[in-house]
Amino acid sequence: MARSVTQNRKIINTAAAWAVGLLIFFPILWTILTSFKTEAQAISDPPVFLAFDWTLENYGVVMERSNYMRFLWNSIVIAGGSTILGIIIAVPAAWSMAFVPSKRTKDILLWMLSTKMLPAVGVLYPIYLLFIKLGLLDTKFGLTIVLMLINLPIIVWMLYTYFKEIPGEILEAARMDGASLKDEVLYVLTPMAIPGIASTLLLNVILAWNEAFWTLNLTAAKAAPLTAFIASYSSPEGLFYAKLSAASTMAIAPILILGWFSQKQLVSGLTFGAVK
Amino acid sequence: MYLKASMGAATAMALVMGSGAIADTITIATVNNGDMIRMQGYTDDFTAKTGHEVEWVTLEENVLRQRVTTDISTKGGAFDIMTIGMYETPIWGANGWLVPLDGLSEDYDVDDILPAMRAGLSHDGTLYAAPFYGESSMVMYRKDLMEKAGLEMPEAPTWEFIREAAAAMTDRDAEINGICLRGKAGWGEGGAFITVTGNSFGARWFDEDWNAQFDQPEWADALNFFVGMMSESGPPGYATNGFNENLSLFQQGKCGMWIDATVAASFVTNPDDSTVADQVGFALAPNTGLGKNANWLWAWALAIPAGSQKLEAAQAFLEWATSKDYIELVAENEGWANVPPGARTSLYANPDYQAVPFAKMTLDSINAADPQNPTVKPVPYVGVQFVAIPEFAGIATEVSQEFSAVYAGQQSVDEALAKAQALTNDAMEAAGYR
Repeated sequence: MARSVTQNRKIINTAAAWAVGLLIFFPILWTILTSFKTEAQAISDPPVFLAFDWTLENYGVVMERSNYMRFLWNSIVIAGGSTILGIIIAVPAAWSMAFVPSKRTKDILLWMLSTKMLPAVGVLYPIYLLFIKLGLLDTKFGLTIVLMLINLPIIVWMLYTYFKEIPGEILEAARMDGASLKDEVLYVLTPMAIPGIASTLLLNVILAWNEAFWTLNLTAAKAAPLTAFIASYSSPEGLFYAKLSAASTMAIAPILILGWFSQKQLVSGLTFGAVK
Repeated sequence: MYLKASMGAATAMALVMGSGAIADTITIATVNNGDMIRMQGYTDDFTAKTGHEVEWVTLEENVLRQRVTTDISTKGGAFDIMTIGMYETPIWGANGWLVPLDGLSEDYDVDDILPAMRAGLSHDGTLYAAPFYGESSMVMYRKDLMEKAGLEMPEAPTWEFIREAAAAMTDRDAEINGICLRGKAGWGEGGAFITVTGNSFGARWFDEDWNAQFDQPEWADALNFFVGMMSESGPPGYATNGFNENLSLFQQGKCGMWIDATVAASFVTNPDDSTVADQVGFALAPNTGLGKNANWLWAWALAIPAGSQKLEAAQAFLEWATSKDYIELVAENEGWANVPPGARTSLYANPDYQAVPFAKMTLDSINAADPQNPTVKPVPYVGVQFVAIPEFAGIATEVSQEFSAVYAGQQSVDEALAKAQALTNDAMEAAGYR
């Protein structure tokens, strides 16, 4: 029997959800507001919330000082490329683990995840030396490969979880109808797992977009993405918070817009299989 | 505008073709601070003069330090010029990682570099980095509050005077703290400040045999004094305050005194940002009468990594950016108060610059610091607020964390000093110094 929800309870739940949402969103909101203040207003105590002289000066300074479009393009190529490449490799891997498991599948999955437990700085020097040898330093291609490898365990894990929810009998039926392995994966499995693949894709774009260790350490002037753009406005000797906030807003705006428009797919993918 | 740009490009081409040189594009790694950003704005002047193009990589100080250290130690070659400080220069010079600057042109006038800066950026008498700007630390104080307290700031105050003045200026109801100082963990933040404070109390990091000295009474005196004064007159939560936090407090009129980098003088006297711009006075960093003031010495300098493929272009940029002509270029366009300070002797002989209110005190503070003899007792190391050995950054960060825990009330001075002594000796033993 379905539980009846009273009107009062609905109001309380909605208010609580909004409160939590606003709490989570507040740092981003504050960054956006600060980007429209002067440097003096940005550090004023008590802080000013909305009653200040709004200015676009910080955006003007940032646009004049930095080549924003180059950083943005590098971010798009690196985040998009690493995610697509990761999906192409992870779909067959997750398929084999979900539908043709061996005795060691669980161990392999755990081992893949364990690579995420090593602090990145622990392998900085080997990777850096490898990049020098291969001529990949400060290239978008090199960074795309590294970010793909970093996120691959998560992509495989997520896809594996989604694929496990799909009854194997459907694939078996397709096979009996004469579908080849390629047809089975491309035309049967993939369309059924679209919500899962979409949310994996979006989550990994976000992870790659925000990755700040490798993107700062393996780039210089040519391949630096938006993380380096933000880092160029941070300073321990000087109060440039308004300009830093403007740079941060410009860096997160594209991913925020992408997240806003794709939130339906993201939520449906993340809750895929949650209710049986 | 178009005509101007075309003429500039034509001049550049003519210069390049005339000299027979090949125009290169060099990549420069630098920090995000006012002077460095200003320099980026004048890149066109360099390109017009030499034909070389410049690509900038601007990073936050700590990120930059990690980034350039990784690159130079692996001979990555990602950068043609690196912005480094006084800590890295002698170490990297000794490792053979930097190009010695012994082939600078005569016009450059290398002898014009301030002696303290030249000493700090050299190894075995060879200059390895050219100072873009230099700084020391000094007392910045509110003249109005000092007057209200019935006191007069001497040019070279003692710590006792500073403590007395801080107590007199403190007004908790009006949210005015007598003194604001760095307490934030980190070798370049609170670690730097407590090290120079220790220097002025006769303390030192190591004796001549590289034994840690935190078990000596001078360190206990320095740390107890600092904690006592800050408890009486410092801002709440000072354990997490660094340069920016104190700058913010001072600019909002919430500090009677602030002892910090001389470069802050231009911020606190700028009426656009500071509410107390017309009330700021300057004095030398305090002492205890032992012959050492609590001031540091630092320079952001340009260096060329060994093995650079674009040596000629890199050296041309280094000479242009740290030249007398560059200083005049900035002065002409933005006024003398905005030129990079603390690098050249001739700047301080210039009557126009002498009129800048903090010019004399900056020079006096720089001259009062001696990186070769930083402490009252003899030491085996070079460096005022740091020890120029590769292990120092790691050790000092841990020690400053212990001290910050004292400022936060999480442990006693004696406990922190005992931990600092043990961890420093352990690290030095592991590194083979003892």
